[in-house]
Amino acid sequence: MMTINRRNLIKASAAALAMPMIGGRAMAADPLKVGFIYLGPIGDFGWTWAHEKGRKAMVDALGGAVEASYVENVAEDASAVPIIRDLAQQGNKLIFTSSFGYMDQTLQVAKDFPDVKFEHCTGFKRADNVATYNSRFYQGRSVLGTIAGLTTKTNTIGYLGSFKVPEVVMGINSFTLAAQAVNPNVKVKMVMIDSWFDPAKEAAAAETLANLGCDVITAHTDSAACLQVCEKKGIFGFGQGADMSRFAPKAHLTAIEDIWGPYYTSRAKAVLDGSWKSGDTWWGFKEGSVVISPYNASVSKEIAAAADKIQAGWKDGSYDVFTGPIADQSGAEKIAKGAKLDDGALAGMDWFVKGVEGA
Amino acid sequence: MTLDFFISAFITVIGISTPILLAATGELVVEKSGVLNLGVEGMMLIGAVTGFAVTFTTFNPWLGVFAAAAAGAAASLVFGLLVLTFGANQVATGLALAIFGIGLSTLIGNSFVGIIVPEFSSIFPDGLVRDPIMRIIFGHSPMVYFALFMVFAVSWFLKRTRAGLVLRAVGENDHSAHSIGYSVIGIRYAAIAFGGAMAGIAGSYFSMVITPMWAQQMTAGRGWIALALVVFAGWKPSRLLGGAYFFGILMTLEFYAKASKNAILPSQFWAAMPYLMAIIVLAVISARERTGSEAPACLGKPFMPTD
Repeated sequence: MMTINRRNLIKASAAALAMPMIGGRAMAADPLKVGFIYLGPIGDFGWTWAHEKGRKAMVDALGGAVEASYVENVAEDASAVPIIRDLAQQGNKLIFTSSFGYMDQTLQVAKDFPDVKFEHCTGFKRADNVATYNSRFYQGRSVLGTIAGLTTKTNTIGYLGSFKVPEVVMGINSFTLAAQAVNPNVKVKMVMIDSWFDPAKEAAAAETLANLGCDVITAHTDSAACLQVCEKKGIFGFGQGADMSRFAPKAHLTAIEDIWGPYYTSRAKAVLDGSWKSGDTWWGFKEGSVVISPYNASVSKEIAAAADKIQAGWKDGSYDVFTGPIADQSGAEKIAKGAKLDDGALAGMDWFVKGVEGA
Repeated sequence: MTLDFFISAFITVIGISTPILLAATGELVVEKSGVLNLGVEGMMLIGAVTGFAVTFTTFNPWLGVFAAAAAGAAASLVFGLLVLTFGANQVATGLALAIFGIGLSTLIGNSFVGIIVPEFSSIFPDGLVRDPIMRIIFGHSPMVYFALFMVFAVSWFLKRTRAGLVLRAVGENDHSAHSIGYSVIGIRYAAIAFGGAMAGIAGSYFSMVITPMWAQQMTAGRGWIALALVVFAGWKPSRLLGGAYFFGILMTLEFYAKASKNAILPSQFWAAMPYLMAIIVLAVISARERTGSEAPACLGKPFMPTD
């Protein structure tokens, strides 16, 4: 039984003050909270679904070390700011904003939370705590372009775009250049519907492209509406972001699949072990973030071989679709003979190559 | 520009215009009775998800459409209960219904994502449907013909039948109608249910005809366009028909303009065209007609019998 004197009181207070520090060390074992904001519904079977698959893969890989949450259907306007801010305030230390249109909003919130790491997908503005990441979808587009150029009988192929942002522009250019390489007479008709996800509008635009003579249509929007129209009309199409063959068993030639899991896992690990640094990460075929789905049975062996060759060329570095000479729609030369485009020029691409019809 | 080209373009226009026409026709009847139901978007989505779900489980698209109509009517009756029996503010309740419909349809639809159903296509023989010329008449889904029929039916109902006259009376002067002995509340309930059923069918057009799949919020704001269309048409069914196809033409024109070689104007301009044209046409119409507003006089006013 301790006597209550001043010495014991001081010993007891020191012990009491030391308690939180012991508790503090135990708190470091708490899981890392990771937040995601998605543009569309995880059920879109396309872009957002692929990100959600990546998130789940990260959780599977890291188990109890991470605790991940997500918010769907976040519009690409000012309303994203309170949502991102909310995630940061809830204790998320790593936040992924998965669409181009969140660029300024992410930077705005990042200023107020310097100890939270933000990762913006497909953007080009960075900060000390804001990194950007992208996937070289355009590599996949060149495979699709090769298949389309060889499959078309009308020499007109269609591209259903969303917005005129660098990611989409790169895709259209890569698709067109690859198609022209195997079929010099081909032309690409392009329609931008100014939306990432609007099934009825996508269907109407696809019908328009089909009516204008396209017999292969690829889409850069997030639903399978375009493929359904292709199936109905007996023409061909490609899946976007995921294997969409169930929606169009005959029309679906192949698809570009986005595999985000490995990237998310590696970034979460980097935060956990303290090595996270801002920067720009662009993975592609080589690193496995872009994958081509199995070919439809109707794709001939020759076409499949040509497509595989393009894929292999990207993987071992011997092929780059943006090798000059390349002219823009007005005919002016944009890339000199033999020259290539660096990542900076790609990230800000806002011009279309010759052969693309449309605004 | 071959004939085939125009026929295909025409079919696209019809496809875009039909759901807006269906929803707007229903809403026209509701507003003629004096009630403003802003929840069209929500009712359309509830109809879309119900139609899809029932078609998927029963493999019968007709049952699906019927279920969509029933679901839309049920949702609208909730609105009716709040607005007619409890006297809630119509604008606020309508908006709440819209939001509720969006949320409920998403919740129900989650289990149906990634599934497809066979398209609810034409009832006519395949030969007529695929015939290059005849398909302009016969190549549409049954809902297209239903929509056209309903526009004429509603127009005839409102102008030529006694019941239509009573409905209009309830919308123009509810107290007079009440004093003559007509049940204002009862008639308004019936109108609201009709509007809900039509909106439900319009929604099912999205999930069963345009793109036979379910995707969250797949009506993408067409419900609001339908509401605007009713005003645009001056509450006249004949103008509604013209207005719906006018919108459809503008929306289709957007794609053709963008895909053409002469697309000098930025794509966003073409996307805004339908709405810009609506404003211009409304301004021209209002400048011409000086006989005052054509809206039903009691639109939006709750009915409070004094006896």
